[in-house]
Amino acid sequence: MSAQNDPASFEQAQALGLNADEWGVILKRLGRAPNQTELGIFSVMWSEHCSYKSSRRHLRKLPTTGECVICGPGENAGVIDIGDGLACIFKMESHNHPSYIEPYQGAATGVGGIMRDVFTMGARPVALLNALRFGSPDHPKTRALVSGVVAGIGGYGNCVGVPTVGGETNFHAGYDGNILVNAMCVGIAEQDSIFYSAAKGVGNPVVYVGSKTGRDGIHGATMASAEFDDASDEKRPTVQVGDPFTEKLLLEACLELMAKDAIIAIQDMGAAGLTSSSIEMADKGGVGIDLNLDLVPQREQNMTAYEMMLSESQERMLMVLKPGHEDESRAIFEKWGLDFSVIGQTTDTNRLVLHHEQAIVCDIPIGPLADDAPKYDRPWVPAAKQEAIDPSTINAPLSTGDALLKIMASPDMASRRWIWEQYDHTVMADTIQLPGGDAGVVRVHGTKKGLAISTDVTPRYCEADPVEGGKQAVAETWRNLTATGATPIAITDCLNFGNPEREDIMGQFVGCIQGMKAACEALDYPVVSGNVSLYNETNGQAILPTPAIGGIGLIDDTALMATLAFKNVGDTILLVGETEGHLGQSIYLREICDREDGAPPPVDLATERRNGDFVRTLIIERTINAAHDLSDGGLLVAITEMALAGGFGAEIQPSTMNDLPDHAYYYGEDQARYVITVSSDNADSVIEKAKGTGVPITKIGMVQKNHLTIGDQAPILLDDIRASHESWLPQMMA
Amino acid sequence: MKTAVVVFPASNCDRDAAVAVEKVTGAKPAMVWHGDRDLPEVDLVILPGGFSYGDYLRSGAMASLSPIMEAVKRHAGRGKPTIGICNGFQVLTEAALLPGVLMRNANLLFVCKSVPLIVENNNTKFTHNYSQGGTISLPVAHHDGNYFADDDTLDRLEDEGQVVFRYADNPNGSARDIAGIINKGGNVLGMMPHPERAIEPQLGGLDGLPMFEGLLEAVN
Repeated sequence: MSAQNDPASFEQAQALGLNADEWGVILKRLGRAPNQTELGIFSVMWSEHCSYKSSRRHLRKLPTTGECVICGPGENAGVIDIGDGLACIFKMESHNHPSYIEPYQGAATGVGGIMRDVFTMGARPVALLNALRFGSPDHPKTRALVSGVVAGIGGYGNCVGVPTVGGETNFHAGYDGNILVNAMCVGIAEQDSIFYSAAKGVGNPVVYVGSKTGRDGIHGATMASAEFDDASDEKRPTVQVGDPFTEKLLLEACLELMAKDAIIAIQDMGAAGLTSSSIEMADKGGVGIDLNLDLVPQREQNMTAYEMMLSESQERMLMVLKPGHEDESRAIFEKWGLDFSVIGQTTDTNRLVLHHEQAIVCDIPIGPLADDAPKYDRPWVPAAKQEAIDPSTINAPLSTGDALLKIMASPDMASRRWIWEQYDHTVMADTIQLPGGDAGVVRVHGTKKGLAISTDVTPRYCEADPVEGGKQAVAETWRNLTATGATPIAITDCLNFGNPEREDIMGQFVGCIQGMKAACEALDYPVVSGNVSLYNETNGQAILPTPAIGGIGLIDDTALMATLAFKNVGDTILLVGETEGHLGQSIYLREICDREDGAPPPVDLATERRNGDFVRTLIIERTINAAHDLSDGGLLVAITEMALAGGFGAEIQPSTMNDLPDHAYYYGEDQARYVITVSSDNADSVIEKAKGTGVPITKIGMVQKNHLTIGDQAPILLDDIRASHESWLPQMMA
Repeated sequence: MKTAVVVFPASNCDRDAAVAVEKVTGAKPAMVWHGDRDLPEVDLVILPGGFSYGDYLRSGAMASLSPIMEAVKRHAGRGKPTIGICNGFQVLTEAALLPGVLMRNANLLFVCKSVPLIVENNNTKFTHNYSQGGTISLPVAHHDGNYFADDDTLDRLEDEGQVVFRYADNPNGSARDIAGIINKGGNVLGMMPHPERAIEPQLGGLDGLPMFEGLLEAVN
């Protein structure tokens, strides 16, 4: 015991990731050296992961308010108004470092953690999504990582019984040493039954519920705030182990208790476990907390105060109850077979005081730990601009049709069915748009409303131009939601970058935020929750900048929802938006010309909004039979995806853009575009209507049976495209 | 028709089953906690899908020993309709109300998709609204759906018409493509596919509806 209470040294602080300045602040605030437990607490609270010390000043620039926003960033998750007295509560979070070290448990606990963030606020989780980035398919670790991550996500979400309705997966050598696993959870709550984390009052019981505390995950938050090197496998003990069975019980028990009038505040124990949950609750409520660690349910013997405070054992919650409700609450948790222990009380001291084995093992003021955590204005340099590529300088090594076959079977464009068939996407019986479309759509249970949800970012755009890439990530979710007929409402973000102490990386971060801000403002699409994951580097090699965006849209009447599938032979295919044949950073350039360069397509936000609003209006008026946004791969890929989804082919007229090479017309990735189909009787009136609102629209073809015919080229059998599109991933994983 | 849906720890299709029952019968089913020892007086008992006890030990093994299972056995023993869906099927085999076991899928992966099923026996309380030999489509979502029994048992099941549903395209390696079986008495049905997830056009079709409607007709 005595060693724990011995004063810590600067060397020990350094080993836990604190620098000399930060050590100096601790000494000054305490007026003494911290003991070992206190040092551990400072080190996790001031880790990048918990304190956002490098990102905070930039995150403040993002718009976080709006008519629909009930609660923006700062709580466990964001809360928006979806009408009828209901709220949608959602967030996305990274679990990158643990997933690279131990893919199954890392991904599983990422799903578990984000679900707790949502149900701790009183919402029943109704949908899960994930945004995954793996290294090159050829990299020796990739297969095992894909297999483990997908199994882990499925293993957790399937057991808890929340459908995984969408997501995205990319492969790029930039993630060889540092994969990204971003999990998003969406829940629904009654607006008058939302729970927050601010502890209030003095002398109120502080209650621990859920799993017992073990030695797993100690210093997970610190690990997530450092780069990797070749010895990173040795960090496996810092990865938490998940138990979805307990999570399901915890979910049901919490929701059962939330229906009573017993809870003042509740917070899940995520990163930095008992430390961050108790400190954040006390800090937000302006109170102190006294805890007796002897009362913490423990699954291992002889745990020290340090270990208990820093453990990241999963499936645990901390609550402050109204006095007198302990017995009623205990009965609920015991019914579900979960631990329930009053471990302390709120105080008026504004200090965190920990008792263990009859001694005080920690006594520190809350202020410096939370609000006064260090904030840095890291130096940054803007990313160098890349030249826009003139499409006429790009030769086409393959015919349009051969290029299409190759692209549809390429790592980033091939079907993800092998992944999403491992996720239960129909449990809860409200999933009305399955993975594989523009967005996942779940009904708001018992109503005719629906939530459309999409996660998007194009990291290669962000690397080439962080500002345009940041804009595009936000705009693409907006477009995906719009293509289902939903009105986009708000986003969550998961910002994955390299080491912020490098000026170029910090420049990527600042640039992406700038672009996101512009897009959120132009599209009335605020950020209500999010997460930052920095230090995604191995041996000095940073990932591509990857600000994943999770967008939520509302469909008022799900009977009006659109899907991308072609519906009827003879329907007219229309292209909405302007085509300039932008090939820089395109899939075509990478897969067909073996080049990853050029400026990414610029995003004109006013055009995005105008074109999207036009398409949404047509969907709601039931004029459209199918709608799909254009993104990776451009026009021909979008048409092919619509054909595959519907089981119909198409006849596409030759390009009328004589000054543009065919491959730039078909594969350029110009933004703010959609392909829609309408019955041929309606085509002229839709075109008229578009012209009336200044929206560029072009009739490009007709839905056909079985074959895809592009201009004067030989017809391609849809089944041939399907075979190669569907087989790439299963073959890679076989 | 009065129905009970048993809720085990980590059942997760209990609500879906209840929604389907209410849609068809107009009456909310009783949600019965696994720790109870008695069932209310009901015509139909549903053991829903999910991951009872986290599927730890073996899928359905611990749930089959829950206190409520004695009451379920009494209910079934009186010849009353009992249906186990997905995890519920696993519980029924572990409780020896149905023969055989459900093993891990042959490719070891969880599978969620709509699958075509052949109705092998429409002469049951559950399936009389389907046509004999007809093909229907229902979603599966399981990790342990690979039905196994010894050859004698399989032969007997086939001979006695106890194979009710067969996969037209086997997703999990089940012996003889078996997707659902019924007991000799014709009142206990276990099946891996989820009829409760196919009761609305928006949700993957209507092919689950005839089962619930058929039960309603059979017991009333």
